Amino acid sequence: MSFIEIRNVDLRYGSSASGTLAVSGASLDIELGEFVALVGPSGCGKSTLLKLIAGLVKPSAGQVRVSGREVTEPLKTVGMAFQNATLLPWRTIRDNIMLPLEIAEPHRRTLKQDREKNRAKVDALLEKVGLTGFAERMPWQLSGGMQQRAQLCRALIHEPSILLLDEPFAALDTFTREDLWSVLQDLWLFRKCTIVLVTHELREAVYLAQTVHVMSSRPGRLIKNRSVEIARPRTLETTFEPGFVDIVHGLRQAISEGKTP
Amino acid sequence: MSSKTLERIAPWVTTLILVLLWWLVIVVFDVKAYILPTPGETLQALYQYRYPLMTNGLSTLTTTVIGFGIAVVFGLALGIIVGSSRLAYCAVYPVIVAFNSVPKAALVPILVVWFGLGFVPAVITAFMLSFFPVVANVALAFSTIEPELTELMRSLGGSRRDMIVKIGIPRSLPYFFASLKIAITLSFVGSVIAEIIGGNTGIGNVMLVASSNFNMPLVFAALVVVGGLGIGMYALFDVWERRFTSWSVRDVASTTPGGG
Ligand SMILES: Nc1ncnc2c1ncn2[C@@H]1O[C@H](COP(=O)(O)OP(=O)(O)OP(=O)(O)O)[C@@H](O)[C@H]1O
Ligand SMILES: [Mg+2]
Repeated sequence: MSFIEIRNVDLRYGSSASGTLAVSGASLDIELGEFVALVGPSGCGKSTLLKLIAGLVKPSAGQVRVSGREVTEPLKTVGMAFQNATLLPWRTIRDNIMLPLEIAEPHRRTLKQDREKNRAKVDALLEKVGLTGFAERMPWQLSGGMQQRAQLCRALIHEPSILLLDEPFAALDTFTREDLWSVLQDLWLFRKCTIVLVTHELREAVYLAQTVHVMSSRPGRLIKNRSVEIARPRTLETTFEPGFVDIVHGLRQAISEGKTP
Repeated sequence: MSSKTLERIAPWVTTLILVLLWWLVIVVFDVKAYILPTPGETLQALYQYRYPLMTNGLSTLTTTVIGFGIAVVFGLALGIIVGSSRLAYCAVYPVIVAFNSVPKAALVPILVVWFGLGFVPAVITAFMLSFFPVVANVALAFSTIEPELTELMRSLGGSRRDMIVKIGIPRSLPYFFASLKIAITLSFVGSVIAEIIGGNTGIGNVMLVASSNFNMPLVFAALVVVGGLGIGMYALFDVWERRFTSWSVRDVASTTPGGG
């Protein structure tokens, strides 16, 4: 039994049969602590699959199970990060990162007595992502890349067992993005939580993930998976090695074959 | 002179030019005082009738502030409800928009029949004119919350209340303050209109009585008071807005103009 099991899931947006069929017959297994990347053509239902795992949408058919239990309502053990940093502009970086602690159980009940502990936690996370000293800044005082780092902290502060990342680096320039690959890899090596990363960038998928899953165009289905057995920690140098390049090429091919003509 | 100070005095210069034009029109076309008084006659009337102008001005101000206060509380509550529930939005918003396009001046006679001449119809008119921008702006702020944030909050197990308290209300503050500026001005318009149509006190009533006596200088003096009060209240809320929502200086909060 896998940690996350997606079995023959269909998802149709809108109640009627005329609604958009976003995902159809998707099946996927993710192990505890695994780092998985999800790639596929635009609009194929990658974000939808993340929402299915998080329990934010209910499958129209099929089943999603997390640690053996069917997901019927939003899971409370996930952290999420998106393409837009979506930091709250009226809160400092520290207070933004603390947000999940104010909302999620059991943290919200112990918010007062854990004040010092939480501060220390935020500081530790900020140090991990290279934002030491920025805790009291406002979001707009940070660059896009720094905001994404802060967003990663927010996604991790309540120590979720699953981290769902929806193209978190897509809006960044290449250099910033590649910096953040290594930041994310370090976070994962350190925390070992289960990560599902949606991305358009195949190099990013191969650099970061243990397994890359390829989806077909809409309605999305999983058509191929490729495990990446390159030693960690991977570096930018790794991305130029023949083994790495081969995997990227293979995936590119799989995606273009998966596009229905 | 630096361009900053030039910018600061520019509106005063414009005002001065307009007053000069006003005066010039009277001199050139030899307009009589019972048609259009000169700036000097207006000032004189302002001084001569300073006590009635002040008491009636205060009365109008009270009406305006009360109508505005009710509009703010009601508008904020309705804006939150309409903005955070899709069903409430569908059920209520079209009705509010339809109501907003009714000319409120036409309702004053009805209010007078129901509540008699005076204070109550004026407060209600002020309220009716000013609640819409508050509702619209707050609802806009709520309904434009990024879907990702909603997902994030739901995934953390946040309740609807958490969503409103932690995200909705702080996010709507700049929109709310922007709407207050408009609401206070409209509320003021509302109370003056009601006083003109069906009032027995207030600056609007002063204007009505003065114009039926052909006391044009007093009408204009009352207009000056009305203008001064309107600008003053707008400025007050403008300063307040800037103080309270400094975090949003980078954001552009929208403002929705109201109807009459
Ligand atoms: N809330 C929604 N209501 C209706 N249709 C939706 C909704 N969200 C997504 N869709 C549709 O479902 C399909 C899949 O959307 P999804 O966002 O999952 O794709 P994606 O793979 O994440 O795309 P992208 O790579 O562009 O982010 C799209 O055709 C989209 O139009
Ligand atoms: Mg997407």
